[in-house]
Amino acid sequence: MTTELLGIALIFGITIALSIPLGRYMARVYAGERTLLDPVLGPLERLFLRISGIDTLREMTWKEHLKALLTINLVWFLWAMFVLTNQSWLPWNPDGNPDMTPDLAFNTAISFLVNCNLQHYSGETGVSYFTQIFCLNFLQFVSAGTGMAAAVIVFKAIRDKQTTQLGNFYDFFLKSCTRVLLPLSLIVAVTLVFNGTPMNLEGKASYVSMQGDSVQVSQGPAAAMIAIKHIGTNGGGYFGVNSAHPLENPSYFTMIVELLAQTIIPLGMIFALGYYIRNRKFSYMVFGVMTVGFLALLAPAVWSEVQGNPAIAQLGISQPGGSMEGKEVRFGSVASAYWSIITTVISTGSVNAMHDSTMPLSGMAELLSMMTNAFYGGCGVGILNFYIFIILAVFISGLMVGRTPEFMGKKVEGREMKIAMIVALLHPLLIMAGTAIASYLAAGDVNMGWWYLNAEGQPNTATAWLNNPGFHGFSEMLYEYTSSSANNGSGFEGLGDNNPFWNITTGICLIFSRFLPIIGPVAIAGLLASKKYIPESAGTLRTDTGTFGIMVFAVIVILAALAFFPALALGPLAEYFSI
Amino acid sequence: MSTKSTRLFEPALVQTAIREAFVKLNPRSQFRNPVMFTVELGTIVMLLVTVYIAATGDQSQGSLAYNLIVFIVLLLTLLFANFAEALAEARGKAQADSLRKTREETPARLVQPIGELYVGEIKTVPSSQLRKGDVFLCETGDIIPSDGEIIEGIATIDESAITGESAPVIREAGGDRSSVTGGTKVLSDQIKVLVTTEPGESFLDKMIALVEGASRQKTPNEIALTILLAGFTLVFVIVCITLKPFADYANTPIPIAAFISLFVCLIPTTIGGLLSAIGIAGMDRALRANVITKSGKAVETAGDVDTLLLDKTGTITLGNRRATHFWPANGVTENDFVETALLSSLADETPEGKSIVELAQQQGIKASLPAGVELIRFTAETRSSGVNLPSGVRIRKGAQDSIRNQVIRQGNTVPAEIADRVKAISQNGGTPLVVAQNDEVQGVIELQDIIKPGMQERFERLRKMGVKTVMVTGDNPLTAEYIAKKAGVDDFIAEAKPEDKMQYIRTEQANGKLVAMMGDGTNDAPALAQADVGVAMNSGTQAAKEAGNMVDLDNDPTKLIEIVEIGKQLLMTRGTLTTFSIANDVAKYFAIVPALFILSIPGLQRLNIMRLHSPESAILSAVIFNAIIIPMLIPLALKGVAYKPIGASALLRRNLFIYGLGGVVIPFIGIKLIDLGVSLFF
Repeated sequence: MTTELLGIALIFGITIALSIPLGRYMARVYAGERTLLDPVLGPLERLFLRISGIDTLREMTWKEHLKALLTINLVWFLWAMFVLTNQSWLPWNPDGNPDMTPDLAFNTAISFLVNCNLQHYSGETGVSYFTQIFCLNFLQFVSAGTGMAAAVIVFKAIRDKQTTQLGNFYDFFLKSCTRVLLPLSLIVAVTLVFNGTPMNLEGKASYVSMQGDSVQVSQGPAAAMIAIKHIGTNGGGYFGVNSAHPLENPSYFTMIVELLAQTIIPLGMIFALGYYIRNRKFSYMVFGVMTVGFLALLAPAVWSEVQGNPAIAQLGISQPGGSMEGKEVRFGSVASAYWSIITTVISTGSVNAMHDSTMPLSGMAELLSMMTNAFYGGCGVGILNFYIFIILAVFISGLMVGRTPEFMGKKVEGREMKIAMIVALLHPLLIMAGTAIASYLAAGDVNMGWWYLNAEGQPNTATAWLNNPGFHGFSEMLYEYTSSSANNGSGFEGLGDNNPFWNITTGICLIFSRFLPIIGPVAIAGLLASKKYIPESAGTLRTDTGTFGIMVFAVIVILAALAFFPALALGPLAEYFSI
Repeated sequence: MSTKSTRLFEPALVQTAIREAFVKLNPRSQFRNPVMFTVELGTIVMLLVTVYIAATGDQSQGSLAYNLIVFIVLLLTLLFANFAEALAEARGKAQADSLRKTREETPARLVQPIGELYVGEIKTVPSSQLRKGDVFLCETGDIIPSDGEIIEGIATIDESAITGESAPVIREAGGDRSSVTGGTKVLSDQIKVLVTTEPGESFLDKMIALVEGASRQKTPNEIALTILLAGFTLVFVIVCITLKPFADYANTPIPIAAFISLFVCLIPTTIGGLLSAIGIAGMDRALRANVITKSGKAVETAGDVDTLLLDKTGTITLGNRRATHFWPANGVTENDFVETALLSSLADETPEGKSIVELAQQQGIKASLPAGVELIRFTAETRSSGVNLPSGVRIRKGAQDSIRNQVIRQGNTVPAEIADRVKAISQNGGTPLVVAQNDEVQGVIELQDIIKPGMQERFERLRKMGVKTVMVTGDNPLTAEYIAKKAGVDDFIAEAKPEDKMQYIRTEQANGKLVAMMGDGTNDAPALAQADVGVAMNSGTQAAKEAGNMVDLDNDPTKLIEIVEIGKQLLMTRGTLTTFSIANDVAKYFAIVPALFILSIPGLQRLNIMRLHSPESAILSAVIFNAIIIPMLIPLALKGVAYKPIGASALLRRNLFIYGLGGVVIPFIGIKLIDLGVSLFF
């Protein structure tokens, strides 16, 4: 067990050690300085830009940024809908997988567009290779790039003292994709290929087992997708069971690689912020708060997994490896617990174990990771979510020192508070309203009609989507909406979610929870940037201090975490106290 | 400052406030405050539930007594919040009334205009009938019936009714000191005064209206905070509404009283209930410092001020220069020189002249002017003054260049040591006055500015607050620099003309700073208007008072410093009580959430970390705590959180510790204690 604990400590240490230089590199990229890949990619980019007629030197206001961002996202959505509903006749479909139903296509397109990757389908049977590469893989790149570009708009707004010109969206977006995501993904994909992950266009392989059964094994262009699913914190696996699959995550070593891959950009973004705005202390404050939050969530998860399942212990069975239900022996309980928290704090949502089978306290930690949604967080968007909490903390603590609140020399007033509050409210609203509707339907066991048909095409009642009754069933529903609203994409599983009800409600949840938390911070940053800069004085509250960090942490705990207390009490806490 | 009641709960005011607390239950007035409005809705629901139980005897929602108590506690929560606001209003009004009382119904001697000239008859009318543009006459012993501007005459006036300062002041037509205030008393002479405001529209009237709430507008900061609080309220609306289907799914019936209690406890009622009281109290405190503010925003802005423009004379230094040293020329004995200097100044009525006499007398030199002496007055041309004695001796004293010219014209020279001394005095920030007898230089008198005691400490305090102080003076740059350094101000404007002040303010504002200044003259008016916080002296001209956003009744130039602290206190009180209110939620969650579910999910008893007696007692204890914390914090809300200039981060640490950590811990203790009592019944 000690070795396993040392293992995760080492992984976390390496992550930090790698993310600091990556942060410096990203700050250089976004500041427009020359980097190593310029000679290779520069001419290619210029060619594409010339063809498309985009001038990346034209500076944009925050509104123009958002217009560009939303327009290009709409185009991608239409493309994804087209591919998903037509994949059966499109090329590269050796296994002959069918078109998606419209509601599933809607859910899948949205969920990949918004960096969530909820996946109400299974990769082996649900999509073609063409879809995997040109739709899903593509969206995994551009959705991560979108998030990072949005974060850079905010970075620039913080750095430049007084301006409405906040750089060019396409410039930020392109650089995110070609200078950060692409090279990192290449490294990870090649590593995976050498460790046994397939990367081909062939159909199912088959062999006859020792028992004489004929076994079919899905393969295809997996390594590329697994690389970007982590680098871009997407989480959408190539195979249905995600990184628990032996071809998707063959060994403890590849697990380390995949863990590193999903963590370094969110952490790197924090340090990039410090380098970019030339205030590294500020990024240490952000990193400190996020890390304290992360460790506070990790500890109960690791502890309860190591303890094992009390129900099994009561049977007199010893559990030397901790709780192993739903886990892969090659990873063990500690690394699985670590992964489950990493993948939920960072909105990846890839899994290497069954979250449904984790112990109640771990389940709660996973839920809380997504409910707070501000510790590290996804590619770019993590820091945007955190920015909202900074604004709220700035407001309260600014008052506490007797000044109209200001952040980095800009006054925070009614308009910014309104936007910050809407974004902060949105997350609990989507989670709780979604879960409330589902609970209401389940409590009354309502006939779902068209919204939920069974295999025979007959309407199901609502409780049919629950594989577990009671508190755990509640946790499953809560988890699904939490995962959607946090754009996480992991599932508690055990929930019958591939039906119009879940596809459509979570799809709507995804759209709101992706774009409002991008629009909000960019708008606030843009509004603040255009305000008059107030030089710092002895009366100014510094935001790069530990005291302010405590304040941000307290705001996150009270606003984001405690709001879910009643819901958690009915789900994981009730389960925990009842076993 | 006049005698101001400092008792927080003055019985008469408390009575008014209690009455007002009920009046304010009107939903229309509650609607202004989204937090308390939702509490009112909850209270109404509880009333309906109670009535329903009383009528039908249905016990599924809990006993009648329990529901009735919840209703009463919620009603008390509302009343307490209203009481806080009403008390703050009553205090402000009482303060303003005591100022206004002085000017009620005094007879005014109205000058009946004949044509263009104010000569005609005098008619006595009640002061309330005076209209803007009227002219009235005041003589020795009269109480001035209304605010106005002197258009003719000069008078000494006792303003103690307003300022509490017993020393009479001189007010005269035409200058920067032409304003008179209603209620003050003319001690000598006769003046004609032009009424400048319509009745009921004076600054004081405006301020009273501001306090009373009729014209009270939320300040930008209040709006932003209200948005934050509304946001926190909405979060809990979501929490409580969605809890219903959650509980249905878990087969856990939750009574209405529990839903509403959970909601009311979680929303920030403490700060919501005290918010407007805090704002009014800020204006009250300003008024208590004898400053009339024209808007709540001005007080708030004062807390943000980055740069403070202060006039040197009267603010940083004691009024005028004073003689500090006699420096005789070589070959002149000190006693002879002092005597000469004394003779030159005995008839000199300027403060400088008087100070020379005082200093000479301190040194034991006495002299008197012989009869038949000829006085030579100071003129701008000669820039010297003096006496011609009957003996034929001519004594002159004046600025060194003017005396030098006179001396050289007579073929004499200024001794080298005197020229050096003159230079040295100038460099030390002093003013040299050269004395000549029969056109021969006798020596030089050193005049120095005396810095008011305690000013250095005040500037140090301001520096720690992050406020930059700028001294404005007509002195030359050398003198100005010396005094600035000695007093400890950060910057100075020397040889300042009104345009320079304006320019300085504009430059600072262009750099994003907020500037405060004080002024009295008409030529200060543009700068007062330009400054973010402009404090006009009550003695100043009407134009200055119109331009500024505050009026200082005491005419005390150091008042700005107090105003800045009042502003900071106001914001801090809001911030700390918000933190306290939100931090309270932790304990309330742990009181109520287990209570909601314990009966159907016994395992959750382990969340009941306070070991509260029963679900009913837990819920009652939480709402009772939630209600009584409001009146307990009224003194803090009205007095304001003490401001300590210890730097922003240290201040945040301190307040976070007291109000943040305190806000987490105190309700755990409070709710447990209340539960011990409540558990006897439920």
